[in-house]
Amino acid sequence: MSPVTFTPNDVVRIAALAKIPVTKTEETSLAAGFTTTMTVVEKLMELDVSKIPPASHISGLENVFREDIVDESRMFTQEQALSNAKRTYNGYFVVDQVLPGE
Amino acid sequence: MKTKLNTLTLVKAIELLKNKEIALDELYNDTEEAVSAKNPELNIYLKINEQAREDAKRQEAFPLAGLPIAVKDNFLTVGLETTAAANVLQGYMPQYESTVTKKLKGAGGVILGKTNMDAWAHGSSTETSDFGPTKNPRNPAHLPGGSSGGSAAAVAADMCLAALGTETAGSIRQPAAWCGVVGMKPTYGRVSRYGVVAMGSSLDSPGPLGKTVEDCALLFTHIAGRDEHDATTNLQPVPDVLKTLKTGIKGLRVGICYLDHPNIKGTVVDRSVRDAANVLERLGAHVTDVPLSDQLEKGKILKHDYAIGVYTVVQRSEVSSNLARYDGIRYGNNRGAFGEEAKRRIMLGTFTLTKGYADKYYIRAQQVRSLYIQNFQELFKTFDILISSPSPSYALPIGAAGGDPMFGELQDMLVEPSSLAGLPGISVPCYRDPQTNLYLGLNIMADHWQEEKIFRAAYAYEQVAEWNSWKNP
Repeated sequence: MSPVTFTPNDVVRIAALAKIPVTKTEETSLAAGFTTTMTVVEKLMELDVSKIPPASHISGLENVFREDIVDESRMFTQEQALSNAKRTYNGYFVVDQVLPGE
Repeated sequence: MKTKLNTLTLVKAIELLKNKEIALDELYNDTEEAVSAKNPELNIYLKINEQAREDAKRQEAFPLAGLPIAVKDNFLTVGLETTAAANVLQGYMPQYESTVTKKLKGAGGVILGKTNMDAWAHGSSTETSDFGPTKNPRNPAHLPGGSSGGSAAAVAADMCLAALGTETAGSIRQPAAWCGVVGMKPTYGRVSRYGVVAMGSSLDSPGPLGKTVEDCALLFTHIAGRDEHDATTNLQPVPDVLKTLKTGIKGLRVGICYLDHPNIKGTVVDRSVRDAANVLERLGAHVTDVPLSDQLEKGKILKHDYAIGVYTVVQRSEVSSNLARYDGIRYGNNRGAFGEEAKRRIMLGTFTLTKGYADKYYIRAQQVRSLYIQNFQELFKTFDILISSPSPSYALPIGAAGGDPMFGELQDMLVEPSSLAGLPGISVPCYRDPQTNLYLGLNIMADHWQEEKIFRAAYAYEQVAEWNSWKNP
């Protein structure tokens, strides 16, 4: 199996998925970097793991539940919740418009 | 000359304070003096807790006696800016406290300041910090290692009595080795991740860094245990590691790992681990070599080359998911503020989780991870502890990390298999180069929940070895 390679166009597509702004120069340098990095990953294809289950938790701990009780001592006040936000309005977070329109 | 009180070990300082032989105020004078003198050059603390001395007075009656502890900047601390050394989080004031720092304070510890690290803990040099690299106090032309480089350097420079860090694969043990201090990574799930800026959630383990093994054991007892706010913490009772610390290692079955690697064989790293193995043998342990294998084989250790690939995929996948939350809306700056390394990791992780590629890369990586887990489970039927080097080299010169996308993986290759398997480990100084004043560490690993064994072995070694700079002032 030949190792995966990346073009600047691939980088643009991934950047859009990850919502990371990249410059033209970065498109090229990141593509080269990803190609190098993935060569070590190709080594994994040498091993026969057809009968091996994928790991999910190192000691096999399964779903852990607790009673569905609200712990009010851990709730933020509105003021606390907004305290680190750059943009607020009338006690709300301000977000950029997502849907087209007015 | 009067001993500077910041050079005391945690355990010694507690004893002297209890006997009223020293005053806490004097200890703070000496520590703050060291911080003012060295921090501008070494860039260890990103933020100093101006209230530390006041906090200390209230804490003196508790077990950790109000002593100053350095805390890595990825633990959320109320009242102290928390950035994970990343521009995205510049100015972030946490609204809640991490479980570990809450426990630390509850036990009488005081946060002296927040230490520098690789941004988001993505790295093994502390050179990728968005706020400039930290320099190694043992030799400032060199890196401290990372990502907990600031915490390891704070201990080495006596700018605190002990420190807290986090490790995903090597991030406590490698900087501890490079700075000539002790660093311990607990079993995954032993110490809560609640309120720690998340990196690789299936790997991250907070742990202590200290001047001695005993100091680390003491801190470990205060931060370990089940936390209802972190469902991955385990119900396993925390062993009383202080009680068994000094009981020796007669009969302990020790396996030596990874010295056959071409980058290591015949080097000073190889020799220092062999010397340490001889010391353990003289202390009554049964020491044997564990042969390397490129397949899962009974009695052999699966070579670490595959672990680099597994770690690369698992860690970046988890990073892309964890760092998706930084949208600049509720806190922090927008995604344009991510540094080079964070961008690389988020994007590669996005790729490995993309439909079609997730099966090919992510699932396969987790299958190979299972192989490592099975391999260690089998090895620990015949061995109590495994030893190796935590790093293939001494601390590298400043600038060495310089944009290499695989720098961390090559640095951490010797600890990646055990980290992927969630094993506990400790690095204890095992050599000092007289020319450069740089250190090497000995990495001691054990099976899940067996922290007691690694502390006991590290302590026994430390007592007879000459490499601890606080033991023989």
